Order: sequence, then structure tokens, then C-alpha cells
Amino acid sequence: MSGFRIQATNLAICYGDTVAVDEVDFTLEAGRIHGLLGRNGSGKTTLLSVLAGLRRPSRGRVLVDGEDPFENSRVMAGTCLIRESGDVIGSDRVDRVLGFAAVLRPDWDDEYARRLVKRFGLPLDKRANALSRGQRSALGVVLGLAARSPLTMLDEVYLGMDAPTRYAFYDELLADYVDHPRTIILSSHLIDEIERLFEGVLVLHEGRVLVDDDADSIRGRGASVTGPADTVDSFVSRLIADGIRQLGAQRLGGTKQVSIFGALDSAARAQARSLGLDIGSVSLQDLFVHLTDDARERETTR
Amino acid sequence: MGNRTFGDGFDGGEPIYLQIAERIRRQVLSGSLKEDDQVMSTTQYATTYRINPATAAKAFAQLVDEGVLYKKRGIGMFVSPDARSVLADHRRERFFADVVEPMIAEARMLGIPLTDVTDRIARSEVQPDPTVGGRR
Repeated sequence: MSGFRIQATNLAICYGDTVAVDEVDFTLEAGRIHGLLGRNGSGKTTLLSVLAGLRRPSRGRVLVDGEDPFENSRVMAGTCLIRESGDVIGSDRVDRVLGFAAVLRPDWDDEYARRLVKRFGLPLDKRANALSRGQRSALGVVLGLAARSPLTMLDEVYLGMDAPTRYAFYDELLADYVDHPRTIILSSHLIDEIERLFEGVLVLHEGRVLVDDDADSIRGRGASVTGPADTVDSFVSRLIADGIRQLGAQRLGGTKQVSIFGALDSAARAQARSLGLDIGSVSLQDLFVHLTDDARERETTR
Repeated sequence: MGNRTFGDGFDGGEPIYLQIAERIRRQVLSGSLKEDDQVMSTTQYATTYRINPATAAKAFAQLVDEGVLYKKRGIGMFVSPDARSVLADHRRERFFADVVEPMIAEARMLGIPLTDVTDRIARSEVQPDPTVGGRR
């Protein structure tokens, strides 16, 4: 599989006394689209800057395509990090920005870049810092995709884009990934729209890895249980005894709905049916909200 | 939630590959996919429904395992000649557990006498349902 593989061991990144990333271990397989999810301030952007070789970790180590990326010219030439419209601001005209990228990026596809510019309706003769927020984001996407880098990281890159432009971005990303497989990391806190593009999902929360799994298995692990409050409570308490986690609960009159995290086997499902309980599904977005809320609560009650 | 914005009928929570596999099984059962018909490629599926190609590939792998699809190297995926009967046999086995038992439980809960239910079934035996054999 083409693309860079990433392996982090005991990785910690601190700013002075602040621990942004706290001794994490994870592997991102090559040639896949990974979702890096986390709330604002969870350490996503800091982690990406280390993967891009722009910062040195405080402790532990990270390997990108088998090497330490920090100031490593080979790895950095194959790495493209686009931060939320921050990397393209300058007074150069759009066509000059693209010209620089063409020189800098070994795998740059200029024809593809021109096609994307047209699709996103970007004015070539305008200065980058005079573009609208959405247009700057679109320019970031053009730079990120046309670079065809073995490690492509797009950090909250859709900000300011309107819905049709975001959908055009998802379509272009998928089509190009199918033709040119590579390692792509999409960081986001808006999950609903893009979660289906992910093969792997890494959830960061307050500098730690909360979930690191295949996107489909995560989706299969969440469920909601709905029914009469007493029945739901006794059913869920048995699940908890079996090691399943309760994420959240809502009550409306005598009816209760509990969200759980953990696989329900067919026996548990059959039992729920016979008790008259409804087993529903939980979207990745909802799971993410519950999991990160849950983690915060546990910390505050500690 | 967000899946609604795509308007393609995938539910938010269940793994998408299971939903894709189920969709193809239904197309085979309903006859809209016939034996030896070619199904969409992984790539077409991924770009059409905006999903990761690996997700689509997982659905196809499962259907190959079940004998619903077969692979022609370098050409694509096709519907197995006996896919429809294999699926129908399997569904028939599950029919009472999956459909009839929950119906009985629901009827009991609503206080509908089971004789009313059997009467209704007996009537549809005489007057066949026009939707049978049609698309879902």
C-alpha cells in the first residue's frame, strides 16, 4: 500500500507546563483515510504539527514512514499539512501560490490543481489574503490534494466553506484517493458529514487517546436501549456488570433511553426483544459527543 | 443526522458495510439484480455514496462469503446464479423468528386476538397481495 505509516510510542508534547499530548501510543496504517477527532483544545493540531516534522516531541517518539520526521527532508517532502486556512495567507496571487507548490511538491499534479481551482471557482488573479474565508479553505484543499503527498493532513480544512463546496471537497477527495491511494488524515470536530469517508478513527480527548479503532467497528459498538424505565434500568445494569459502558441517559415520563458503548451479543439482543425493549443505533457523532462528555464528567468527579 | 443530508437512506448507527450488504441482498431477492448481473464496483460505490472504498469492499467480501456474489478477476463482482434461492432459503428459516414472533408479541400487547390475525392471513391467501414479486 502506498503512503506513509505512522507509529507513535509514548508520545508527549508539552508547552511549558501545559501538556498538550500526554504519552499516547497509536499506529495509523499506510494508505488509509483516518479521522482525527477531538473537541477544541484536545491536542489535534499540536499532534499534527509533530507528525509533519514541524515540532519536536517533548518525550517519546513518532515514526513517519519508519523515520523521525523532525527536520527530516525526505519525510517532510512527502508530507503535506494544511491547517485551517492558515497556511495560504499571504499577499501573493493565487496562481503564484500554486506555482510555488508546483516547485515545492515532488508529486504535484498541476493539471489536477487547475481543474480543482475551476471546480471551486477560485479567482487565479486574486491575492490569497483577499479571498473569502471559504475560498481560502478551498485553496487549502487544492494545495492539499494536488500535492498528492504520501502523507496528507487536512486540519479542519472545510471551515467557512458552504455546503455545496464541502460536498465537492468530499467527492474530489474520494475520487482522487481511489486513483492515488495515500495516507490521509482529516481532523474534525464536525463528524456527521465526513465520518463515512474514514476507515480508521482516532479520538483525542484532553491530550489522550480515547478511541483508536476501525470506523465500522466503532459504529457497531454503540447502541441505544429504549423502554419502560424500570425494565431499561435492570437490563442495563446487567450489561454494565458484563463490562459494557453506559454513556448517557434520557428520561421522558415513564420511558427511558440509555446509550451504551460495547458490543451487544445476539443473546442480549434477544433478551431485550423479549423484554419489549427497543435496541437502536448510535451515530459516530453521538458516540463522540457522549464519549468526550463522559470523559470530562469522570475527570470532574475524581 | 448528517446522513440525512446525503439522502441515500443509510442509517447513522449500524456499520455501513452491513447496510450495503443488506441493500444488495434485497435487490437480489426482489429481482432487481438478476443472476450474473454485474454489481457496481467498490470504487463506484464509494464515490456514489461518499463512503470509504474499504467499507464498500467489506460489504462485497461478506456477500462473496455468503455465496451471493462471485468475483471475476479483473472484471468485477457478479450475482451468483443461485443467490436468490440461497437468500430466500435463509430468510424462510428466519421468517418465523424474525417476523411472526414479534407480530404475535405486538398483537398480544395491543389485545388483538390471534384468531383475528389468522383470519386476516387466510383472507390474503384468497386475494393475493399485488406487491408480491414487485420491488420494495
